[in-house]
Amino acid sequence: MIYLDYQATTPLAPEARDAMLPWLSGPEGMGFANPHSPHRPGRAAAAAVEVAREQVAALLPPGGRVIFTGSATEAINLAIFGRKPGQIAVSAIEHAAVLDTAQASGARVQILTAGSDGLVSPAQHLAPGTDVVAVMQVNNEIGTIQPVAAWADAAHAAGAVFLCDAVQGAGKLAPLEGADLIALSAHKLYGPKGIGALWIRDGVELSPLIHGGGQEGGLRSGTLSPALCAGFGAAATIALARQAEDLDHVGRLWRQGGGLLVEWILNGSAEHRWHGNLNLYRPGLDVARLMSDCRNLAFSAGSACASGSGRPSHVLRAIGLTDSLAKSSVRLGFGRYTTIEQLEDACARLDAAAAAQGV
Amino acid sequence: MPNAGPNTPTYLDHAATTPLLPAARDAWLEGMALWANPSSPHGPGRAARAGLEDARERVKAALAWDGEVVFTSGASEALALAIARCRLPLTGVSAAEHDAVLRHRENAAILPVDGGGLIEPASAALPGLIAVQHVNNETGVIQPLAAIATAVRAAGGLLLADCAQSAGKLALPDADLIAIAAHKFGGPIGVGALLVRDYAMLRPSGGQERGYRGGTEDLPGILAMAAALEAGAAWLAGAAALRASLETAIHAAGGEVVAAAALRIAAVGAYRMPGKSAVAQLIGFDAKGIAVSAGSACSSGSLRGSHVLAAMGVAGASEVIRVSIGRETTPADIDRFAAVWRALQPATASA
Repeated sequence: MIYLDYQATTPLAPEARDAMLPWLSGPEGMGFANPHSPHRPGRAAAAAVEVAREQVAALLPPGGRVIFTGSATEAINLAIFGRKPGQIAVSAIEHAAVLDTAQASGARVQILTAGSDGLVSPAQHLAPGTDVVAVMQVNNEIGTIQPVAAWADAAHAAGAVFLCDAVQGAGKLAPLEGADLIALSAHKLYGPKGIGALWIRDGVELSPLIHGGGQEGGLRSGTLSPALCAGFGAAATIALARQAEDLDHVGRLWRQGGGLLVEWILNGSAEHRWHGNLNLYRPGLDVARLMSDCRNLAFSAGSACASGSGRPSHVLRAIGLTDSLAKSSVRLGFGRYTTIEQLEDACARLDAAAAAQGV
Repeated sequence: MPNAGPNTPTYLDHAATTPLLPAARDAWLEGMALWANPSSPHGPGRAARAGLEDARERVKAALAWDGEVVFTSGASEALALAIARCRLPLTGVSAAEHDAVLRHRENAAILPVDGGGLIEPASAALPGLIAVQHVNNETGVIQPLAAIATAVRAAGGLLLADCAQSAGKLALPDADLIAIAAHKFGGPIGVGALLVRDYAMLRPSGGQERGYRGGTEDLPGILAMAAALEAGAAWLAGAAALRASLETAIHAAGGEVVAAAALRIAAVGAYRMPGKSAVAQLIGFDAKGIAVSAGSACSSGSLRGSHVLAAMGVAGASEVIRVSIGRETTPADIDRFAAVWRALQPATASA
């Protein structure tokens, strides 16, 4: 099996796994303690959580704090509901976690359009009274890198706070500047599932979604898992240490893979892009048949969350593809642990299977 | 007997969290092999999905629960989800609820508790969503949920039971919505579930878990939770004997047992040391390598008074600590605790 779905989730880094094991202690140790307990084992667990918080904060700009959550989805919900917006602007290519939450918040929602290059131009007028603007850093389906610094400026000029879903870019790209709220997920940067984070710029006020014991400064109640925090922290540290190396590696994979799929058409900008993503189509391609013919390749047709739905991708529609071309598109995601040989093998098989369809 | 030095603490704070069971740890490690996204349609994704659905069935079987299971990051999130997404508004909460419920109260009525920590079932006869915990996290008092469920339903309401302290130990109560946390019964921190008798009781939010909870599921954690539930609770019988010897020793030293006459789970108890503040007791126990708490872990750092003890009208509430017993607790742990208690107890009070 060749895994080419790095935007859905990434393998757990061995370093992250090792960092988690001491905190998955049973009765033989004290690593199981509740980090909110004041006794000695509790304080040791709390210290591990704080170390992890610093490690994650290293991926983010100075001048803010990291709140751990159960997922990036929860971080986004906290950011949007926590601001109680009356008017919110979100890009048309946001993840459902932003689009659906904006709708559910009860705010009036302005949709910011994307061009055929998959970029959300900051030269768009924001509705008067906009409270929150949300534009993602790297799109999860087509990998396009958005002009988020310009969007942060535009949001601030309109008196709004800028929320950035940095799930796909955190740890891979330099910390994004200008945002007020940034959502992260551990399992997209080689950390464990079940933990995310919201970075909050100092001075930005939020009200909590999950009430209770008052953990995370009262913003997010619920016992934190030292194991998940430590895994997230270690993954962040490795991502930072290997950032240039990882970037070089995906660049090589991109050139090699893209070079083999000459009959395919790329969705979204080739230049303003995270190069660990190839989203491609061939007119008339039957993707369900392709998946069935290539059973030993793990790839997807759009986001994992929407994969089962059979709906055409809202991202591909937003950048101007017809439903039929959107349904003829595939997403190949690769990264740190993908080898050139794996990608070459996969591209050859996909190309042959598509050719066999006569498209 | 080894000394209880700094490297071998005597852990009597199992209500805050309890050690990960070896079987749960093994399940967690095996679950790491299923690292793909359970929502992905490819082979590894489908394998993760199959593991997830299998875990869901195992959780249902272990809990003898016929309804639906929505996996969450813990009980706090499960309670927040229940309260935010229930088709009925929250109209009543018991005065002894955990803050994870109380902080969502807004205009809901407070259902008072008596000196034994129990609510009067008739007081819960309200339309809307009524939140009453199964077992109190500070005192161990068990609420009469069967009678409460009858009263709630007769009034057209739904019962939400916070079972963070009881799930995996006692049989689930009769309730419409139930919140559980894996790390209270030997599973990992960071995973829990909302049990829902029928999805029609909730408004969907979109996302994973059939549209009732967004966020990629933590499959290793979920598998570990299933394994922890399957380990059972036979140990609780032994805990009853340990607790009896603990309370005998506390009585003999001049201490008091909170809600002594109430039906309480054997795992959790609240104890007053007259004449010595809880803060001073905690420092004393911690210095001797014994981990206990004053009230819940979440509020321990804050030094706020316990709202649970206040609601019960407990005298000397600022002198009460919580001792909670787990699967791994031994008679020697209780003996060490009792010896330190005797050393800390002010002489005037033990006369």
